[in-house]
Amino acid sequence: METLTALILIFIGAALINNFVLHYFVGICPFLGVSRRVDTAFGMGCAVTFVISISTLLNWTFTHFILRPGAPLPAWVWQSLGGSAQTQIDLSVLSYIIYIFVIASSVQFVEMYVRRFFPPLYKSFGVFLPLITTNCAILFASLEVLKHMQDSTELWGLPQALALALGGGIGFTLAIALMAGIREELDLCDVPRALRGAGIALIVAGIMAMAFMGFTGVEKGVETALGSLLR
Amino acid sequence: MSTEGTTNVPEEGPTALERFINGVLPENPIYRQLLGMCPTLAVTNAMKPAVTMAAATAFVLICSNIMVSLLRRLLKPHLRILVFTLTIATFVTIADRFLAAYVYEMSKQLGPYVPLIIVNCLIISRAEICASKQGLGVAISDGVGMSLGFGLGLATIATVREVLGSGTWFGLHVMPASWPNWGIMALPPGAFITLGLLLAVAEWATEKRASTALWRTVRMLWSWRH
Repeated sequence: METLTALILIFIGAALINNFVLHYFVGICPFLGVSRRVDTAFGMGCAVTFVISISTLLNWTFTHFILRPGAPLPAWVWQSLGGSAQTQIDLSVLSYIIYIFVIASSVQFVEMYVRRFFPPLYKSFGVFLPLITTNCAILFASLEVLKHMQDSTELWGLPQALALALGGGIGFTLAIALMAGIREELDLCDVPRALRGAGIALIVAGIMAMAFMGFTGVEKGVETALGSLLR
Repeated sequence: MSTEGTTNVPEEGPTALERFINGVLPENPIYRQLLGMCPTLAVTNAMKPAVTMAAATAFVLICSNIMVSLLRRLLKPHLRILVFTLTIATFVTIADRFLAAYVYEMSKQLGPYVPLIIVNCLIISRAEICASKQGLGVAISDGVGMSLGFGLGLATIATVREVLGSGTWFGLHVMPASWPNWGIMALPPGAFITLGLLLAVAEWATEKRASTALWRTVRMLWSWRH
């Protein structure tokens, strides 16, 4: 039960309390660029959630078996080459290169797969897929997971990594869809000329960030509520 | 783009000086192109992290421009984005290790935003627009100009946020002791609102009417003093 509570807390933390867009500022480019209409914004959000889950899954696998300090695969190779078992191998210096490679190629494969097998899905968010490679949110999720894989006493397992990725993706979808709704209304308003476009969007985002700051401390309440619910 | 054997023919596109000047103001990465928004908002709560970030980005941008420009005749069209990204990732790893070794505190404070330089659209767009099409000299001056423009953008935002948010600039007290620190400026909402307002100021200043009005005021003040 404790693990379940921890998972839900990671999820809520990534989606609401420390929202990827409004607290960590990752994924700002699509947040400003693709938030003119609610339906395209929602499509973008779904595409990001999809890709973030897949690439975090792959990157967790690489990190767990190859990149983290004391990972099994390099140790096995080292020992079969005649090295001593005491040597701890840390390949985490390679992690950035491997992560970005995994993200770029998984986006390619997801795009081909979705186009081949789910044409309606491709129609709704396929056009956004190539844009996602350079979306900071995807890399950020993997980096957050890496941060929790450094210390071998409290390693993050796959469930924790996926909870973070899903929470981040859903938080991104929430933020971009809300933003698009506000911008649709803003089109009808008389905005000063210099502020039109990105300026007013950023100010709206600032007010949204202030609203999301209201979630600070929610985790304590959620923890107590879950504790009494699951007991 | 020139092909093998025609290296003496001058390559088309802007010259080195034009690239340099364009990068600093007319095509400023932050105010005119809205590129690299993630570090722009995340590390500008004070001058020190902003300057460190600008330096790290400058290192990566210039090195990747040099590398891509040297490799430009070998690039295959469908693989070029992958080559750019892996080149950038290599230099970011170097910058990240360097920061962790020499300025550990700052590296801790910047946290994930140093590795996130990999997905800074500014660097990949310079590789695509300039370095993969033009020679080494132009690519270097483009990298230097764009880095200066990016650093200038970060510095302006960080100045506003640090002075209003904590009454200091580079850690030195510049506001009177009675200044009530606007805590919100150092927090995420302050970043969004400051950048939004500064974008509006930049937009207003480059508008023709506004600049002539400004010019007229300056001239009037000048003639009044003499």
